[in-house]
Amino acid sequence: MEFRGKDILVSVPIFGFLLIVLFNFALDVTPNIASHVAPGILWVAFAFAGILTMNRAFVREREQGGLEGLLLSPVSRDAIFISKVISSCLFMFVVEIALVLALTIMMNIWMFSVVLVVTVLLTTLGFTTLGTLFSAIAVQTRSREVMLPVLFFPMVIPILIASVEITSQVISGQSIGIGKWLPFIIIFDALFLLICPWLFGIVMQE
Amino acid sequence: MPNLRITNVQTKISYVLAGLCIILMIVDLYLIFWVAPIDIVLGNIQKIFYIHVPIAAMAFLAFFLVFVFSILYLIKRSDHWDRIAHASGEVGVVFVSVTLLTGVVWARPVWGVWWTWEPRLTTTLILWLIYIAYLMVRSYAPNKSQGSLYAAAIGIIGFIDVPIVYYSVQWWRSIHPSAVVGPFAESGSLEPLMTKILLVSLVTFTVLFVLLLNQRVFVKKQEDLLAQTLEVSNK
Repeated sequence: MEFRGKDILVSVPIFGFLLIVLFNFALDVTPNIASHVAPGILWVAFAFAGILTMNRAFVREREQGGLEGLLLSPVSRDAIFISKVISSCLFMFVVEIALVLALTIMMNIWMFSVVLVVTVLLTTLGFTTLGTLFSAIAVQTRSREVMLPVLFFPMVIPILIASVEITSQVISGQSIGIGKWLPFIIIFDALFLLICPWLFGIVMQE
Repeated sequence: MPNLRITNVQTKISYVLAGLCIILMIVDLYLIFWVAPIDIVLGNIQKIFYIHVPIAAMAFLAFFLVFVFSILYLIKRSDHWDRIAHASGEVGVVFVSVTLLTGVVWARPVWGVWWTWEPRLTTTLILWLIYIAYLMVRSYAPNKSQGSLYAAAIGIIGFIDVPIVYYSVQWWRSIHPSAVVGPFAESGSLEPLMTKILLVSLVTFTVLFVLLLNQRVFVKKQEDLLAQTLEVSNK
């Protein structure tokens, strides 16, 4: 769905890249603190890019009345929800790969590892699960651009903490906390993957 | 059409609650400021404890009620449950705000800082943000019934999120240990008289909570009644 509109495929990575550049000036990143602040910068960029992506998730349907058509079609609400989550996830992955590359080059940090890839995949799944539900709610409200972050950010703080912790440990070459934080993200994902489709079905009844 | 009229008994109950609350509040304030022993280490500032702790407890109760009545609303779809959930959310936000403010006033002289990212504080702050969003969704929704549905969804997710937030900030802080001691840390060393006064305080603020909740449900009922009447008269 999103790949049809090329505008967002370009604008979201550019936005994320701009955030990295802004942080560079705001925090005055020198090489010796780069490894310390990079995880935070990376995940704030992901979260903001995520907000932009999720904001778009239902806007197209909303603008052209496609949501009614989608809801009238003989597809279960769960299927709509899961497909929205998957499409947002795939889009986010593309953005995240671009941002990790950008951060690696701009801050001279080597952070590729299997653990980090798994963390990014799982956290993005959690982000988009909650984000899809909140996006479906926010798109119906007035001032939806503000509503989504207000709903979304407080709820995802736990996995944001978890993924920042894992990222900083990966960068510094440690692995003490990973065995604790990774299951935490998995539990978070599993919990909300169970609850959100149910609530989505209820919220979408109108 | 559901019957929204407020019966005589309900009016009487709220008068009794209000009277009880005033009496308890006076007794409680007397106990706190005249009877309660002054803490040797902390001094007078320790008295904020008798207000801070019960209000925090009531705030958590309020959000638990939001959770329960949101589920009930989604199952039964009765406006009655929605009104209670909404009222509880409002009172909860007020109570959490007071908790945060009294906490800040307490922290400055005792810990030397206004704010610290201690797990319990952080959780309370995030809780406050979640339930502000809960109230915002209601007022920004296109119509009342949709607002109720959305709010119920957030009331459920928000409450499930609370323990997750708590564990995450606790683990997060355990990596950067802080010297700060939570307000509950000294509860084991509380003097018996202090514990008794705390219990009186807890009862007082429970009554205050029930009173406020009851009044808010009352007002919402009348708002709905008014809307219903206007709808009928416009036809």
